[in-house]
Amino acid sequence: MEHHFTLSGTALTVHLPAELDHCSSQQLRQEIDRLIRVRNIRSILFDFGNTEFMDSSGIGMLLTSYKSMRFMGGTILVIHAGERMRRILTLSGLDKFIDIYQGLPRESDLI
Amino acid sequence: MQQNKMKLEFDSRSCNEGFARVAVAAFMTQLNPTLEEVADVKTAVSEAVTNAIIHGYEGSAGTITIRCRIEGETLTVEVEDTGKGIADVKLAMEPLFTTKAECDRAGMGFSFMEAFMDSLEVHSAPGRGHLCG
Repeated sequence: MEHHFTLSGTALTVHLPAELDHCSSQQLRQEIDRLIRVRNIRSILFDFGNTEFMDSSGIGMLLTSYKSMRFMGGTILVIHAGERMRRILTLSGLDKFIDIYQGLPRESDLI
Repeated sequence: MQQNKMKLEFDSRSCNEGFARVAVAAFMTQLNPTLEEVADVKTAVSEAVTNAIIHGYEGSAGTITIRCRIEGETLTVEVEDTGKGIADVKLAMEPLFTTKAECDRAGMGFSFMEAFMDSLEVHSAPGRGHLCG
């Protein structure tokens, strides 16, 4: 699981796997919770660059991360989400809560 | 008219979710689906199987049965468990309703199934498992 995370200051980047389902979401969730407990994390960036599949378990994980971060005054972002992933994020309504960027926020536009 | 069917039984383990998706995707190949159609069916199967694992068996050991049928151009997928069952199917199918908010569930499983398939039926009763197809 370690290779899915990079921490830079207070920003945690989660490099999501190719398939974000209940199985992988559960594992990611546990690790994100652990990192939030032991490190000072103010933002979580979900990188969908390698992700081709996501079901509502992935949405649940994003929602929980959003609530955790919001409770602590932090933010979450989505980057590199392909067309299908963006469709699913829109279908779930999550796009109303979470900013979705083409690439890194300072280099690209909000989608 | 082309006709074909398959039946798959597997343990209600989370690591079998990917296997179930791929198995149904492989079976539907004979219909010459678009990539999007395959992705849609895989998503619906994933939701149904996850429901059986988390809600039907609540993480304990059980058997999930998937039956697929091809009749002409129509694919029917049935996902069945013999677990807890759903007391109020109508309530369960309401968007955002979940009995497991503490497990990070978004309550969107049935909504996703309805969005990605042409039709959805859910049959269940307490103690009688559930069948969705």
